[in-house]
Amino acid sequence: MPEINVTPLGAGQDVGRSCILVSIGGKNIMLDCGMHMGYNDDRRFPDFSYITQNGRLTDFLDCVIISHFHLDHCGALPYMSEMVGYDGPIYMTHPTKAICPILLEDFRKITVDKKGETNFFTSQMIKDCMKKVVPLNLHQTVQVDDELEIKAYYAGHVLGAAMVHIKVGSESVVYTGDYNMTPDRHLGAAWIDKCRPDILISESTYATTIRDSKRCRERDFLKKVHESIERGGKVLIPVFALGRAQELCILLETFWERMNLKAPIYFSTGLTEKANHYYKLFITWTNQKIRKTFVQRNMFEFKHIKAFDRSYADNPGPMVVFATPGMLHAGQSLQIFKKWAGNEKNMVIMPGYCVQGTIGHKILNGQRKLEMEGRATLDVKLQVEYMSFSAHADAKGIMQLIRMAEPRNMLLVHGEAVKMEFLKGKIEQEFSIDCYMPANGETATITTNPSVPVDISLSLLKREMALGGSLPDPKKPRTMHGTLIMKENSLKLVSSEQALKELGLNEHQLRFTCRVQLQDPHSDPDTLHRIYTHLKSVLKGYTIQHLPDGTVMVESIVIKVSSSAEDSNAKVLLLSWSYQDEDLGSFLSTLLKKGLPSGLC
Amino acid sequence: MAAHLKKRVYEEFSKVVQVPHEEAPAKKLRLSKPSKSAALHVDLCKASSSTDALQYLLTFSRKPVEAESVEGVVRILLEHYYKETDNSVRLKIASLLGLLSKTPGFTPDCIVDDAINTLGSEKSHQVLAQLLDTLLVIGSQLPESPAVRLRLIEVAYKNLSDSSFGVRTKCLQLLGCLGLLEAPLGKDSDGPGPSLAVRDVQSIISDYFGDQDPRVRTAALKAMLHLHERGMKIHQIIYDQACRLLSDDYEQVRSAAVQMVWVLSQLYPESIVPIPSSNEEIRLVDDAFGKISHMVSDGSWMVRVQAAKTLGSMLQVSPHFLEQTLDKKLMSDLRRKRTAHERAKELFASGEFSSGRKWADDAPKEKLDTNTVNLIASGACGAFVHGLEDEMFEVRIAAVEALCQLARASPSFAEKCLDFLVDMFNDEIEEVRLQSIHVLRQISTHITLREDQLDTVLAVLEDSSRDIREALHELLCFTNVSTKECIQLALLELLKNLNKYPTDRNSVWKCLKFLGSRHPTLVLPLVPELLSTHPYFDTPEPDMDDPAYIAVLVLVFNAATSCPTMPALFSDHTFRHYAYLRDSLSHLVPPLRLPGRKQVYGLDSVDCGSGSSSVESAQLFLQQSLNRVSTIQNLEAAGAPELLDLTIRDLQRLGELQTELAGAADFCATFLRCQLLLLKALQEKLWNISVPLILKQNVTATAAAQQILDESYKLEFLYSGLENRQLATIHHVRLQAKALQLILRARTRPGLDSLISSCEKFLQDIESFQRLFLTELPHLQDSFVEKLLELLPRLSSCKPVEVVKILQTTLRQSGLLQLRLPEQIHRATATIIEPTGESDNPLRFTSGLVVALDIDATLEHIQDPQNSVKVQVLYPDGQSHVIHPKPADFRKPGPDRHRLITQVYLSHTAWTEPSQIEVRLLLAYSSSCSSRLGWTDAMDGLPPAEGAVEGTIPFSKPVKVFIMPKPARR
Repeated sequence: MPEINVTPLGAGQDVGRSCILVSIGGKNIMLDCGMHMGYNDDRRFPDFSYITQNGRLTDFLDCVIISHFHLDHCGALPYMSEMVGYDGPIYMTHPTKAICPILLEDFRKITVDKKGETNFFTSQMIKDCMKKVVPLNLHQTVQVDDELEIKAYYAGHVLGAAMVHIKVGSESVVYTGDYNMTPDRHLGAAWIDKCRPDILISESTYATTIRDSKRCRERDFLKKVHESIERGGKVLIPVFALGRAQELCILLETFWERMNLKAPIYFSTGLTEKANHYYKLFITWTNQKIRKTFVQRNMFEFKHIKAFDRSYADNPGPMVVFATPGMLHAGQSLQIFKKWAGNEKNMVIMPGYCVQGTIGHKILNGQRKLEMEGRATLDVKLQVEYMSFSAHADAKGIMQLIRMAEPRNMLLVHGEAVKMEFLKGKIEQEFSIDCYMPANGETATITTNPSVPVDISLSLLKREMALGGSLPDPKKPRTMHGTLIMKENSLKLVSSEQALKELGLNEHQLRFTCRVQLQDPHSDPDTLHRIYTHLKSVLKGYTIQHLPDGTVMVESIVIKVSSSAEDSNAKVLLLSWSYQDEDLGSFLSTLLKKGLPSGLC
Repeated sequence: MAAHLKKRVYEEFSKVVQVPHEEAPAKKLRLSKPSKSAALHVDLCKASSSTDALQYLLTFSRKPVEAESVEGVVRILLEHYYKETDNSVRLKIASLLGLLSKTPGFTPDCIVDDAINTLGSEKSHQVLAQLLDTLLVIGSQLPESPAVRLRLIEVAYKNLSDSSFGVRTKCLQLLGCLGLLEAPLGKDSDGPGPSLAVRDVQSIISDYFGDQDPRVRTAALKAMLHLHERGMKIHQIIYDQACRLLSDDYEQVRSAAVQMVWVLSQLYPESIVPIPSSNEEIRLVDDAFGKISHMVSDGSWMVRVQAAKTLGSMLQVSPHFLEQTLDKKLMSDLRRKRTAHERAKELFASGEFSSGRKWADDAPKEKLDTNTVNLIASGACGAFVHGLEDEMFEVRIAAVEALCQLARASPSFAEKCLDFLVDMFNDEIEEVRLQSIHVLRQISTHITLREDQLDTVLAVLEDSSRDIREALHELLCFTNVSTKECIQLALLELLKNLNKYPTDRNSVWKCLKFLGSRHPTLVLPLVPELLSTHPYFDTPEPDMDDPAYIAVLVLVFNAATSCPTMPALFSDHTFRHYAYLRDSLSHLVPPLRLPGRKQVYGLDSVDCGSGSSSVESAQLFLQQSLNRVSTIQNLEAAGAPELLDLTIRDLQRLGELQTELAGAADFCATFLRCQLLLLKALQEKLWNISVPLILKQNVTATAAAQQILDESYKLEFLYSGLENRQLATIHHVRLQAKALQLILRARTRPGLDSLISSCEKFLQDIESFQRLFLTELPHLQDSFVEKLLELLPRLSSCKPVEVVKILQTTLRQSGLLQLRLPEQIHRATATIIEPTGESDNPLRFTSGLVVALDIDATLEHIQDPQNSVKVQVLYPDGQSHVIHPKPADFRKPGPDRHRLITQVYLSHTAWTEPSQIEVRLLLAYSSSCSSRLGWTDAMDGLPPAEGAVEGTIPFSKPVKVFIMPKPARR
């Protein structure tokens, strides 16, 4: 049986470093090529030596597909393509292609310029790598080669995020990347048609969470910000530069507009401006509201949100500041935090996940005294709020996607093992399909049951139609006679005559003969005539002929009579029929064995 | 042969009917009949190729065909049809047959046979489908002919097994439209196999629910729905099949299936269906509700909208199913929920799933029994939570509306959905926000807002959109709150709102009025604080012009009406302010029974006593007055003017006292005034003097005639709820006025030419009156018109002078028309709220430039304000401008109520000192507007009255605005 093999190099029972190898129908595909935020050594990138020990990857991979521009999905791409070596096509959507290099460059700058690492990819490598990228459009079927085709679906999550449907022959896999089933302020919800793939590879970051309605969250967020501003406090919102930041900006921007608020909102600059530019351009990838109103006004052209300058932090009066990075571990957000932490009127809102060890994590866990570098301590008096604005599908969203796509098997990646286990149980129970959750380097093998297409000759079909009265009923199988020819990777069902002709074989006739003893006092011709009249009365609707050469033909069955030498009463009937008439022939022999009825004349 | 004969009969029959009916145009028809079909025939014969023929047919199809020549054309087309080999031409012919059989006045049963015959020989599926479509048209043109129907159904059955989806779809359509509702009684009717036709249409259609083509499946569902619409009772067996189609791959099938399931749930709400994979049973309507709820998270948004809308109308669903629609976290399978209800609740409470609101609350805890919780929302779980969070605002709006309908039917559900609706106040699309506020208003009778809920509701008061704020004020008018803190909170927020948006003044006051009168006991403990009184010290008297202070007073005074202990808490100046406000804002401040103060019983007492009984008595009085007037036999009768005068006065007073009857009383009074004017005009002395002597003296009569005309237009267009009969009466008055004008003209201007044309015009008017009110003529006995109509043959033949004479006598002899009142008459009214006209500060602007004047007005009882309401600006120099407000400037806050918020641009040359301009609203009735009855009234004969713009009625009090255009500085 054909198989599909899925091996995660990263993101198997883990979050970060997404990299999944799929071999399907003889094709090898790499899905995402990400880096791990938590490591600074070799574990940062996926272990490409799994594919080949030495040499380039081009020979072993048919294509690479990147689902979206987050670094844990594309961070290792220049390393793989330029340093390990891969020259094949890399597929990503247009927005991803536009924004990805900005993030990679930023990532490179931080690691090389700030941390002073060597042996890292260079700007030129990023450029070279991006040259290998083939952009994808939504719902566009792209033929990678003759057999392999891929198609992108909208995934929500961030601008340009896509789910990919990969198809070879009748086998197919859907890879979701990160996706979001609830729409937010700037993006729509993920959607896929009923493509019934063999495997659905889904992320499971929030496998055990069912989120509250997003409106509650938004309302709480706005209310908190609003109250704080009215009190004259300052609000700090640490964000990652792209994705959630834009959503929160739009949320605040519209709120400010609606409520006629005057307090300034600042956004700490950096790569955001460049990225914002792309957000303005890729309007088609955003949600209904932005798409409908951009003619009057592009929502990403903010009226109330201005660029932040370091000196603004000391300005009196209320303000809202978005600052990077999101976990308060370094940079501008930390600086501002230090300045504002002492005043209880101020507030910090953490809109997402914080890794252990960061200040964000500490204050969220209620720590009120922080140790800073140089033995200094910082009293945290400002209010700390947590608002999950993460744009991943929750447990219910994952279930909804399964319902939409109706896969035959399920495979979970990009999540914690314990949570996956829980969701796996649910999926198996609810949909009664198999669910896999391989660890990194572990291979999940799924045998598929592909349907085998067979060509059938039109003449055969027509003949069958002519025989069988009513139209074929799709619900009921029907038997037909024909010859199956397997020739050069193709299957054909043809009529036997045609098969003989094609194969150059002679037709062989198979005839059965049978003797039947019969007690009949009449002469041979009379007996024959009696048989003729008997059959005529029994078999209505068949052509029965009494031929002058002393035989009776029923269809193609020949019946002859000869009397035995010793007893003129005992007649011997000779029946002969071909293989095709087996049914009728055996019926006749049993009928005649019973003897002729006496009432015949 | 029989068919042929029948055809003959029909042909002749149709001729017999039409010859006497339209005599004049028959000539034209006879001319065109041969030419039309002949032209086509020639064209088709000339056509060398099929493309040519197609071209001819296309041009032919653009022209209309008269009913008489249809049959000929059909024959030619059919003849050509049989000859034609090209599919597209045959297709066009088939579609033409359908078009032609729709021609009004043509009965297509004569071509049924031919159309059916063509089916037999047709090979192309497309043409076949088109032919069936034609048959469908023919069939729906002949609803009264069961025989034809039976034959068509027969045809549909025969073609149902066709291999092309188009043909099958059309057949199903045909069955849906024409399928017999009950088995025909006489089997002998005609045709070979009624037995087949009698076969159950439903079972045949339902066979195609499983067709391989989605379009056919959709058509089958639609056909079934059509049968339902036509009144056939759909069998319950269909339910299972329809439910299966809910999970179809194609959205249009799913969408139709949702409708089908809904229909069945309405038909058999109480029957019991088993639940697969368990031995429990539930009501069908509950089951259907669960299934449709499921569709709210469908992949296609069209289906989601459909499902969300449908949910709203399933009112019979059991309450606990209903409540599940708001539950997202309770994942327990619906069906098991009844048995494991408690356990599921505990699970939910133990917090297995994180809500994402608190940090790290999704950290893995001890292993729970995972078998008890189902993640997927089977059944109704969380349908509305999904719908309200949907990506498309269409779905969200549909969900909000559905919530509204369900909540209105079930108070407990209303209570539960409150939080969700309040959440919607924060939607990104204003339409959705507005809708959810409206919905909350509609269900607010069921609910009492808690403090935290009120808090979120009030947060929206700061919205910059005026519509939202006003909707919210409206909502607050109807809300019940639970504690005095709520009242305080609401007042505080409203005052904040007032401060931020001073234009909301009226709306905020009104809101506080209702808030006060609804919660007197909650306001009571707040009074000292609100009025800032102190037990020992005198506090300073607040500023009476402060809108915020007025707002507080409005709240307190309204609460005091039903709380007699409250006035004891007032300080002296409060009483003074009461007296002032009672006078200046009487619509906001109710009369209070104040101790030791003399009540002015006047209008107030009437207000208090205005119960239903007083309405009845007023109605009676109105009727009596009218009866009294009807005793006046003819206009010459003595004492008639006095009686009319008296009655008019009575009616006017009645209208003031009884607001419910104001429209009717006003209408009657205006009508009677017309009569009175007519009476007076006729009784003038001038009629007795000979013609040459009266040149200058008929001024009053002319003015009266003009006034009657004007009033008659007011009668017609200013009042809504008029019936045909009243319209006839109004037109009758107008006719009288015109007659009067004609007579006067004849007497003053001896020129014959103008008289002739005027006479002709008048005669035309009479004719059109007759045409319009043919049905009303019996009611107009003994009236002016009736007499005129009797004399009409004579009038049209004789000389103008004689006509005038006849008119004069009939006018004088004709009796007073009795006025019958319809159920409800409302007078269109308009009140300009802004500008108030009180300001002494002139609006200064540089001459030659423009200044924008904000106008805010409420309009009542106006059908189509977008087209009919105009703003008129009158400058002191007599210049007047009419401004057409944009359609978007009109809002509709309630039934029969409109709000106009617009800006008017003013400009003028420099003035030396400020002066007042007048702004008022006009109701336009253009000649096209007056054709409410399809009659175009040419108005050119009438010179416009002074101050009135042609074709408009001023219907609001003018407001004066002080403006001052300054000369431009150099």
